[in-house]
Amino acid sequence: MKIHEYQAKEILKKFNVAVPNGIFVKTAKQAVKAAEKIGGKVWVVKAQIHAGGRGKGGGVKIAKSLKEVEKLADEILGMTLVTHQTGPEGKKVKRLLIEQGINIDKELYVGITLDRAQSKNVVMASTEGGVEIEKVAAETPEKILKEAVDPAVGMQAYQARKIAFGLGLEGTQFKNAVKFLAALYNAYEKTDASIAEINPLVVTKEGDVMALDAKMNFDDNALYRHPDIVKYRDFDEEEPLEIEASKFNLNYIKLDGNVGCMVNGAGLAMATMDIIKLAGGEPANFLDVGGGANKETVANGFKIILADKNVQAILINIFGGIVRCDRVAQGVIDAVKEIKVTVPIVVRLEGTNAEEAAVLLNKSGLSFEVASSLQDAAEKVTAVLKK
Amino acid sequence: MSILLDKKTKVVVQGITGSEGSFHTKQMIEYGTQVVAGVTPGKGGTKFDGIPVYNTVSDAVRAQKATASAIFVPPPFAADAILEAANAGIKLIVCITEGIPAKDMVKVYDAIKKMDVKLVGPNCPGVISPGKAKIGIMPGFIHRKGKVGVVSRSGTLTYEAVKQLSDLKIGQSTCVGIGGDPVIGSNFTDIIKMFNDDPGTEGIVMIGEIGGTAEEEAAAFIKKNVTKPVVGFIAGRTAPPGRRMGHAGAIISGGKGTAAEKMSAMKRAGINVVESPADIGVTMQKALNDVKAKLKVD
Repeated sequence: MKIHEYQAKEILKKFNVAVPNGIFVKTAKQAVKAAEKIGGKVWVVKAQIHAGGRGKGGGVKIAKSLKEVEKLADEILGMTLVTHQTGPEGKKVKRLLIEQGINIDKELYVGITLDRAQSKNVVMASTEGGVEIEKVAAETPEKILKEAVDPAVGMQAYQARKIAFGLGLEGTQFKNAVKFLAALYNAYEKTDASIAEINPLVVTKEGDVMALDAKMNFDDNALYRHPDIVKYRDFDEEEPLEIEASKFNLNYIKLDGNVGCMVNGAGLAMATMDIIKLAGGEPANFLDVGGGANKETVANGFKIILADKNVQAILINIFGGIVRCDRVAQGVIDAVKEIKVTVPIVVRLEGTNAEEAAVLLNKSGLSFEVASSLQDAAEKVTAVLKK
Repeated sequence: MSILLDKKTKVVVQGITGSEGSFHTKQMIEYGTQVVAGVTPGKGGTKFDGIPVYNTVSDAVRAQKATASAIFVPPPFAADAILEAANAGIKLIVCITEGIPAKDMVKVYDAIKKMDVKLVGPNCPGVISPGKAKIGIMPGFIHRKGKVGVVSRSGTLTYEAVKQLSDLKIGQSTCVGIGGDPVIGSNFTDIIKMFNDDPGTEGIVMIGEIGGTAEEEAAAFIKKNVTKPVVGFIAGRTAPPGRRMGHAGAIISGGKGTAAEKMSAMKRAGINVVESPADIGVTMQKALNDVKAKLKVD
């Protein structure tokens, strides 16, 4: 699960990770009030969307008067922000974070995530803060310091010191950085985060070390033990069809193509998307109906797929292991009759009771294209698209 | 021959009285698996379908000499179940449970890696040695006894590959679903090593997915050590970066873990990489025939 920067900072603050003073607002008027409350002479107006690269996209601006705060807030709210992470369609800004201006000395990077190759959490840091860290990793990997954390004992003080020294910090800055790293790791661990990324981590001329930006993602599998974090979910940031699908326990991801697909199992769903593409089509979605494909899941799957107006054909690919294909076939037939599906449908049912399923489909009086194998299914989809 | 399990393997089912556990226990027994015990805390002393149920895995091991465990307990309790099995002396743990928090698995992985135990999964279909036994949820009837080892991160896509092989009369020695999570007990390399050492396995099918670098590591191992023919496929070439495609592990992040990268690493290792998932069976058939032809020439 993803959350906003201002929410991540709220969480970090609870774990004693230093963050600038800031207030979350939804209107320009609130922005001015927030700036007044924060005090000082310089403020930062920051667009809150679930994507990085907001500064480059024009979503982060510095204001030197309350008037300017109002003007910038007014400009940024409602704008469609396009960054390297939003895709070309961009995202509409509905929330702002107003923050105190910081007297920056250095911009650094620190991130914590799970290293799958080691099955350990890894703290990464770099002196190259404030830029796209993917670029640093690709071009100058030696500039990224890494410390793997022993799961049995957690992050140790020497590891934090090693990183702080590695970042070239001294005196008060060093001490504060060590404290910061320990607190950040604690926050990451306790909240079941999958990512905690501070870019930039700033060191001020006064010696403070704080999170100028903050990105936190959370392990969906662990959300059951964090009801407080679940509350942060912002439905405005999610694809409406994906929200709808999740209500029916369907795993749906919208894509840009023209062939809708309905599959059981994530791996087979990806493979089905791949074969659609190889056959000359473009997948319109990823949709995993899970282990218990029945009449209802199939009907709901159809509704979700058909709500996407780009869909010109549908490919159903179910490998029945425990699921009986004849039951799935009946579900498909009932659903097509009930919701009057008008686009051509290619059905491939394999596994338990596949033959009975084919008989049902052929006898239904509906115009299914029944495919006998994965290859046949892909070819039939391409053929119907050409018609 | 086969790897990991055969007819003699004595299995304990953790969570035997739950809906998943009870259904699949029956299926496993029907297939020929020796299920000797079940564990459900608080139900020790009772029986499930004639199988004795114990309160702890230790009790089951002591009384029934179980050496393998199948785990069907819900996600919040699954990490604990794995550790219980490992500490009771179980040698093969197959964890079917989907949805275990990554943090729990990081700790479990660290704890059991020093022990003499193999973990397959979590979030996997399990292990089957066709014609002998199965621990897991895969449909037995699509399999065929034979000499190709199959290892995969997926469930139904594995069934797809197995069906293609069986339809061509190519049987399998053992099929292992290693699971779709970021932290899993056995990786591609662990299983491929066993297939390579197994005289009963003559070819290997590996089915990967986007995300992580396990396929690249396996490719490096294969390049160095494996002379048996390997056929490989990577699912998710059309998946967009930053989106988790169903499996917690299937996500392209920071430009890493793309299908293109994996396929090219596998090709460089001499693996027969198929572009289409429909070609897994026929490509293995050709690879096995090539080996036979070469043997004749030599």
